[in-house]
Amino acid sequence: MSNAIVRVENLHKAYGDTEVLKGVNLEVDEGEVLVVIGPSGTGKSTMLRCINLLTRPDQGRVWVAGDEITAPHADVNQIRERVGMVFQDFNLFSHLTAEGNVMVALTKVKKMSKDEARKLAMFELERVGLSDKAQLYPAQLSGGQKQRVAIARALAMDPSVMLFDEPTSALDPELIGEVLEVMKKLAREGMTMIVVTHEMGFAREVSTRMIFMEHGVIAEQGPTQQLFYNPQHPRTREFLGKITELYGHEQGEA
Amino acid sequence: MDKLPDILGSLPYLLEGALLTLAITVLALISGFVIGLPLALLRVYGRKPAATLAAAYSTVLRGLPSLVVLFILFYGMAAVVKLPAFLAGCVALGFCSSAYQMELLRGAIQSVGPGQMMAARALGMSQLQAIIHIILPQALRLAIPSWSNEAAVVLKDSSLVYAVGLAELLRRSQQVAARTYQSFIVYSLCALIYFAMTFLANRGLDHAERALRLPTPLEETAH
Amino acid sequence: MDVTFWEMIWPALGRGLLTTLQISAVALTLGFLMGIPAALLRVYGPKWLRWLSVGYIEIFRGTPLLVQLFVIYYGLPDLARALEGLGIEAQFLVLDRMLAAYVALGLNSGAYQAEYFRSAIQAISSGQIMAARALGMSQFQAVTHIVLPQALRLAIPAWSNEVAYMVKYTSVVFIISVPDLLARGQFIISKYYNPMEILLTVGAIYLMIVLGLSTIMGKIERAATIPGLQMEVERG
Repeated sequence: MSNAIVRVENLHKAYGDTEVLKGVNLEVDEGEVLVVIGPSGTGKSTMLRCINLLTRPDQGRVWVAGDEITAPHADVNQIRERVGMVFQDFNLFSHLTAEGNVMVALTKVKKMSKDEARKLAMFELERVGLSDKAQLYPAQLSGGQKQRVAIARALAMDPSVMLFDEPTSALDPELIGEVLEVMKKLAREGMTMIVVTHEMGFAREVSTRMIFMEHGVIAEQGPTQQLFYNPQHPRTREFLGKITELYGHEQGEA
Repeated sequence: MDKLPDILGSLPYLLEGALLTLAITVLALISGFVIGLPLALLRVYGRKPAATLAAAYSTVLRGLPSLVVLFILFYGMAAVVKLPAFLAGCVALGFCSSAYQMELLRGAIQSVGPGQMMAARALGMSQLQAIIHIILPQALRLAIPSWSNEAAVVLKDSSLVYAVGLAELLRRSQQVAARTYQSFIVYSLCALIYFAMTFLANRGLDHAERALRLPTPLEETAH
Repeated sequence: MDVTFWEMIWPALGRGLLTTLQISAVALTLGFLMGIPAALLRVYGPKWLRWLSVGYIEIFRGTPLLVQLFVIYYGLPDLARALEGLGIEAQFLVLDRMLAAYVALGLNSGAYQAEYFRSAIQAISSGQIMAARALGMSQFQAVTHIVLPQALRLAIPAWSNEVAYMVKYTSVVFIISVPDLLARGQFIISKYYNPMEILLTVGAIYLMIVLGLSTIMGKIERAATIPGLQMEVERG
């Protein structure tokens, strides 16, 4: 078997009559930053959720760091620990402080002691620049701060790969930059990342590879430079044109 | 089980009791509404002393067990005026319900929103006209779900009138149980009749709510 | 009412009040222990357990407390006798009046509490569970560490209503001769024949207890408040 961190084979998923995924194959190697683009409703988020089995595929297999999460008796919870996930709408636990959000899975899932967990939580909050907000509740944080706490929460589990499901689309424009900065830093540190996003500046600057998804399949993929400046598929070209028009050419660039 | 025919023979007797239960419930709900609505209006639109008085009325009555209110009216008042058990039951449950109905009507009135009152006044309506023609037609519709809940509460509480000896459903069940020595079956049957009544009452009021619902959602909310 | 009369009746009313509070406390606790699992089963349980939970909740919410008390206090011993006729030992169904009061009020309160907890659980967004699962928590861990701590806080206002409701409704146990506050009051009335004073006194005691408990519950609610948690419920 290859040393891929994530391997996806022939993924199918339908909701009722709507086929969302129609046979997706994918391999992501260690250190890769993969950006997934495509029109909405083409299965990008569903594919992401199939990787840690938050959505169960109808057909197909998924491996994370060599373990098959779709195997009949796989310890799904244990494999999920190694897959960090960041959601579009943050999903911070409303009853816990920023620190508590980072700590809860460390103490309950990893069975760390409170002191150890607190130390690690503070370290991760420091990493996303929020150590001074540790004692605040989600409702007291801005959207950008919430998303950074969510990233710290996922990082604390020491994942082998991080999944980002449109991490900036619920944010006001002026708050997007701080989240992208944290993600760029993460990429530079060598974290393996799969990012569903419309932020083309981010994609061009840090991604190593890009995927264009449409109608439940991967329509085109390739190194970032190639997909950006020399897309083969006419629909990729069209989509890139539209998205640049919509989001501005330079947006998200530092 | 040999008593089963006897128990079934008592069914008409029990159902007659259920009619009495329904009569108490309906009369208590009506008197509760008649007292509760003006108090709710006073609470929302009244001047300070009147609004405070209405609030106190609600707090006191919601803090008293219905059984105590019933006893005050039936035994406590006996020295002054001897109320028949039926009347005492209707009035006691009516008073208790009025406090709850006042609260649920207040909630409904407040959720109609100040803009409606302002618009009505701008058209030259008096406050009373605005309340009658604009606020209440909306508020009463909004109140139906909570009112349906209150109706079920009063229906169940009507069993308390048992304690002053009125031959309503529960009292008659007790008589049948004592005669047949089949307490379990008779009281379960009694529970079933109550259950059917609350179920049907809720269903009926659900239908009323749907039939009366305004086509567009009411968008204004309080504050 | 002169002072000596008050001194004479107070010990009896005090004992009655203690019984009332004791029954309320036991019923609320039992109701909590019934209500939480009933709510969880109704939301997360497999189909047959969901129906079991719905059946329990609807039966106890759909019938009068007094009738439930009669079925349990008068009906169950009768059922036990019938079962013994069939050779089945069922003496445990025969409850003394105090135990019958605990069981009836506890089961009744459990059904109402289950509904309060259910609506609180359902007010919590599904994203909370999803995020917990993504971190590697099992469904059970997600419910105990993420859903319940939020749902219990959201249920506090409804729960304080239930406390007041239970204290008031304990008065029905007087009908099966449990010596609660109202029963003690009635006993004094039968002895001295002064119903109005005694009933007003008894009513005032209930009122003070209910208001006092509501104040305490309000304090607890404020102490347990977490910024933003209440708002999310209002938004639905």
